[in-house]
Parts: sequence; structure tokens; C-alpha cells
Amino acid sequence: MSTVTPEAAPDAEALQAQFDDVIARNERIEPRDWMPDGYRATLVRQIAQHAHSEIIGMQPEGNWITRAPSLRRKAILLAKVQDEAGHGLYLYSATETLGTSRDELTEKLLSGAQKYSSIFNYPTLSYADVGTIGWLVDGAAICNQVPLCRTSYGPYGRAMIRICKEESFHQRQGYELLMTMMQGTDAQREMVQESVDRFWWPALMMFGPPDADSPNTARSMAWGIKRNTNDDLRQRFVDMTVPQAQVLGVTLPDPQLRWNEERGAHDFGEPDWEEFMRVVKGNGPCNAQRVAHRRRAWEDGAWVREAATAYAARSAVLGASREGEER
Amino acid sequence: MSEIRAEWPLYEVFVRGKRGLNHVHVGSLHAADPETAVRNARDVYTRRNEGVSIWVVRSADITASSPDEKDPMFAPSGDKVYRHPTFYEIPDTVPHM
Ligand SMILES: [Fe+2]
Ligand SMILES: [Fe+2]
Repeated sequence: MSTVTPEAAPDAEALQAQFDDVIARNERIEPRDWMPDGYRATLVRQIAQHAHSEIIGMQPEGNWITRAPSLRRKAILLAKVQDEAGHGLYLYSATETLGTSRDELTEKLLSGAQKYSSIFNYPTLSYADVGTIGWLVDGAAICNQVPLCRTSYGPYGRAMIRICKEESFHQRQGYELLMTMMQGTDAQREMVQESVDRFWWPALMMFGPPDADSPNTARSMAWGIKRNTNDDLRQRFVDMTVPQAQVLGVTLPDPQLRWNEERGAHDFGEPDWEEFMRVVKGNGPCNAQRVAHRRRAWEDGAWVREAATAYAARSAVLGASREGEER
Repeated sequence: MSEIRAEWPLYEVFVRGKRGLNHVHVGSLHAADPETAVRNARDVYTRRNEGVSIWVVRSADITASSPDEKDPMFAPSGDKVYRHPTFYEIPDTVPHM
């Protein structure tokens, strides 16, 4: 994109004041606006991590596509996983408006320089996990993402709006899958409970470390990038999920979980933050496998990208010479 | 073959939601050529009947005004209040206006 250049560049202070003004008025920052370096860097880190999560997040569920129990479930799962690819692409596109290239993003995912959500480093051991992921993991993602529709960076907010519209299907198909299994045999009900037991705590970790250990939250909130703290969102998720678990007939594996009349909210136990740090640092059950799979997909696809580029170049040459003949 | 290794160009995608509406910018994507850009745009941006028509254009081919909202370019429209219907006082007794 080229720009009609303004005559004189405004000074740094005026630019900062203009930026602060837009944030204070709760308006959106757009790609070509001046923004503080820290704001840009925070956005790139957050949106890239989010995009990578969507892309890596296809793997645990993709694992079950070939073994879906019916054509109906297979079609649903395919559509869901395809949506996650779309979410990754919306978010990569938003990241690129900040001046990073797509190749750079891919490289940083593969080298581990940029992270993705730790939840996707857990394995999917049964088909119930497809349901549990839809219910709890997409559910937690919705909790995180709905407030981000109002984030201060325009392209990020617009991507989140598209994503949130599609996430509701993800959560509902998961819940419906679990409901169906709960109406089945004892073995199927046990399968659901076992799956919920494995995913409950990692789902709570999706909101990030406790506020006291999240030093950047205050700055992100002042910039309007984040709208709620990690602990706020975690609480909201627990309060929303408890009645859903009751209807489903499963137990959430937390002995400290109970309604607190005074607070008007549920009390609940502390996730194992040491486990969280271990998984974030690369030592979860599937970290190596997830990145290796992504790397293989990227490398195995190289010839396709090259062929398409060669075809485009050849077509452009042919098109130009044909145009010449017509004249 | 560094030429072939290079990243596919970026295309901006515009979708017409339904007949009677303008094409609206929805995002961007990479593709080797315009035809695949349209095809990929269908998969990325219209999985749920969001559109009846797609335009793609190379991002590099767009020329834009300067990003500054206080750009003097838009100043001329700011002081021409007489371009708006509310500028004119018409008595309430005049019908259909
Ligand atoms: Fe998603
Ligand atoms: Fe999802």
C-alpha cells in the first residue's frame, strides 16, 4: 500500500498525545496510525500467540477425524477444524498489519520464539475429548475472546468479532456430543467423566497465570488491548460452567469448588501453576510432537507453494504476450 | 531459486454480503495469483453464506490517503455545514420535507 505523503511530519509528543487521545475516547487504533513501540510489540506477541494457538489447535481434534463414530460427527469435526484454520488466518492477517511478515510468524512458531496456548500440548485420548474440547476449551476461549471484540486495535477486534460468531457452534457441538454420550452406556459416561477430569485444570490455565504473577496485565489494560484480568475471566468461566456440568451430569474434579453466597460466585481451587510453567516452557506431554507436526506440514507443502508461484509467474508472462498479440 | 521461495503476495479481500450491498473489506490473505486468491478467499471469508461476490486486489496496488485523522485533506468538508439538510430552517407546518 502506498500513501499520499503529508507535508510535515508531526513531532513525537504530538503523536503520543494523539494516540493517548484515541485510547481515552475508546476509539480504535488503525494500522497506519502512529503507536508506541511497546504497544506494537505487545500486540504482535499477543495476536501471534493467538493465531498460532488456532493453527496448532487443529491437531488434537484433527487426530480423530479419520475415526469419527459417524458421518454426521465427521462432517461436524471437519467443519470445526476448518474453522480453526480460518481463525488462524484472520489473526495472521491482523498481525501482518503491524508490519510482520507471514513467513516470519511461521518461523517464530517453529523455532519456539513465539508461543501458543498450553492447552494444545495435552493429548486427545478418546472421542469424548472432542466433546470436552468443544465444551471446555472453546468455552474458555469464548470467555477470553468476547471482551477482545472491543480491543483497542481495530484489525484485532474485527478478527475477534468474526471468530466469536463461529465459536458458538464449536462449543455447542461439543456439549451436544457429550450429552449424547451421557445418554449412552456406563462405559460411555465413564469416558466423558475421565475426559472432563483431564481437561478441567488445563482449561482453567488457559486464562494465564494469576493476576499477581501477570506483570503486563495493567499496561495491556491501560492500552485497551486487554479488557479484563486473567482472574476475572477465570472466575466468569467457572461460574458459567458449573451449571452446565450439572445438566450434563458430570463432576468437575475440584473438591474446593462450591458456591459462595457472600461473593455471589463460586470458590474454586488453585490450578497447578508449576505444571503450567512446565508446559509453557516446552515440557508438556505433546509440545515436541505438535511443533514437529507443524514443521512437517510446512516443509512437505513447500513444493506446492513453489509450484503455485512458478505457475503464477508463467501465466503472467503468457498473459502479457497474448495481450501483445491482440494489439 | 530465491524468487520461487519468496512469500506469496498479499491480497485485500472485499465481499458483497448480498445483492444490493457494496463490497466491504473483510481482511487479507496470501496467494500466488489472483485466481487462487479468490478461491482461498471463499474458504477463509465465506464459509457461512457471508457473500455472493468477492473482489481481491493486491495490497501493494492500493493508494491511500495519509493515516492521520486530522489530515488537512478532509478539512474542506468540515466547514460546509450548508451541505447538510439540518442547516435549513423550515417551519413545522410544511409537510413532507
Ligand atoms: Fe478458534
Ligand atoms: Fe473454536
